[in-house]
Amino acid sequence: MSVPGASAPQLARFAVSPARRRTDRIARGAILTATVVALIPLVLIVYYLLRKGLGSWSGSFFSTNPTGNTFFKSSSIGGIKSAILGTVEIVALASAISIPTGIGVAVWLVEYGRDGRLASTVRFFVDVLTGVPSIVFGLFIYIVLIVGTGSTYAGYKGALALSLLMLPVVIRSAEVILLLIPGALRESALALGAPRWRVIFSIVLPTALPGMLTGVLLAIARAAGETAPLLFTAGATLKTNFNLGQFTNSLPVQIYSDVTSPTTAVVNRAWGAALTLVTMILLLNLVARLVSRRSRLA
Amino acid sequence: MTPDGPPLRTTEMEPEELLKRDVAASPAPPATGSTAASPDADSAVGKAQDLDATPGLSVRLEQLRAFYGDAEAVKGVDLEFRANEVTAIIGPSGCGKSTMVRCINRMHEEIPGARAEGSVLLDELDVYASSVDVVAVRRAIGMVFQKPNPFPTMSIFDNVASGLRLSSRRRGEHSKAAMRAKVESALRGAGLWEEVSERLTEPGAGLSGGQQQRLCIARSLAVDPEVILMDEPCSALDPTATLKIEELIEELKTRVTIVIVTHNMQQAARVADRTAFMLDGQMVEVGPTQEIFTKPSDPRTEEYVTGKFG
Repeated sequence: MSVPGASAPQLARFAVSPARRRTDRIARGAILTATVVALIPLVLIVYYLLRKGLGSWSGSFFSTNPTGNTFFKSSSIGGIKSAILGTVEIVALASAISIPTGIGVAVWLVEYGRDGRLASTVRFFVDVLTGVPSIVFGLFIYIVLIVGTGSTYAGYKGALALSLLMLPVVIRSAEVILLLIPGALRESALALGAPRWRVIFSIVLPTALPGMLTGVLLAIARAAGETAPLLFTAGATLKTNFNLGQFTNSLPVQIYSDVTSPTTAVVNRAWGAALTLVTMILLLNLVARLVSRRSRLA
Repeated sequence: MTPDGPPLRTTEMEPEELLKRDVAASPAPPATGSTAASPDADSAVGKAQDLDATPGLSVRLEQLRAFYGDAEAVKGVDLEFRANEVTAIIGPSGCGKSTMVRCINRMHEEIPGARAEGSVLLDELDVYASSVDVVAVRRAIGMVFQKPNPFPTMSIFDNVASGLRLSSRRRGEHSKAAMRAKVESALRGAGLWEEVSERLTEPGAGLSGGQQQRLCIARSLAVDPEVILMDEPCSALDPTATLKIEELIEELKTRVTIVIVTHNMQQAARVADRTAFMLDGQMVEVGPTQEIFTKPSDPRTEEYVTGKFG
């Protein structure tokens, strides 16, 4: 509202001071710089993945197993079929174990345990678990299931190690989402005469589903990229294997062993495998988001 | 409309329904011949639309005390809500109105650390008796909350059907056709059918605030309750939507007993047959609404209704 003929002193009262402007400019600049600095490695990673990885992609790259023959001409080194399928199998089993368990724990924490002593203890251990380095999970499975039983590596042992890794991520993210569901929603379902378990399965979980998806995807993405827990649990192998009771290849382990090779073609295969892994996770994200959006509208 | 009116359930059937089936030592059903629900039964049948209405039941509180941890929010209340009447509960904020009402359908105990003492008699049955199934109590005594809260993941139809589905003992207890009929009659009962009949599959959260609240009323009507508790049902609504709800309350009392907590004294005066005034966890005075607002017997009631405090 401008008053015609307002006196100069009155306008001066509302004028932005030069110092204020300067501070604003500096603060904006600082935030922008931080954003750019954070983006640089992200962009570089994608750039190098595409530049180095795309070159090794071909039909046979996806459809053949690695040959293990790395000292002769590049056409004989084979592809990464066993690694792709192994990663899918291991991560699928790890998800099948950790997602239902993790969501179950989160439901218990929010709906039953609440602020009780047991719930606080569980929360504490989940937090500790979140900070445990991934190799420790591999070591744990190695000692218990391989040294302890005197047996060898197997895909399911790798999956168990990964599920331990995923569990705290799933629990914490699901718990946060469940806490966001308004209590009034639970109350109105309870007031309709619904038993508590029905309230959880029919009201709370469907409402929380789109939100929980993010945490679950994060856990899957993290597990799919882990090398350390798989190295001495699932082992490394060349052949495609649908029996998780035996050695099972995986993308991270394949990348790990390829990237240390003196043969250029094999190192390039590592780049191709890395690009494959990132693409797989991206696709999973897209599909999950599409599905959840559709289910929310229905 | 059915010309000769829907059949009435006998009053002595009700408490049996409330008891858990598998409780061996269930107490004998209360004495027959109870007529708690009968005074308005005739008019109820006459006014009921195409609903299989059963008359409301009376609710009596006896020395009801409610606690949050050690804090006593309701301090020994005796009060009767007569069948098929609207009873308004007024009183300043924090006086225990909502807590008292939440004790009636045992929602109070859902809050960690909360408990209730004394008894709440639905007709003749103590809903706090150990053999009583809390789920059955909540089916018989419905509740409408302050903020409209339709289930966000469900369509309009599913919202109304949710009460039946969530509390049914087995899958397919209600046939598809029966479910449709129930949903339609509940929506008609809540005065919402005309507005939503063309878009039953759309999300319930897409309705306006007033429509959402009527959807919530339809949701609680669908399970055929005998009593409906309304905890400030209009406080989040605009005057037009409030008027609709108030008209609805007038119609609904032919089928259910209504207890309404309200901050709005004009609203109590408009809708309630009887009004109870609460203060600091205690029942100060209860009587016909007209009397409470024009010639209350307690000076504190007079001060409150004339706006001297609260």
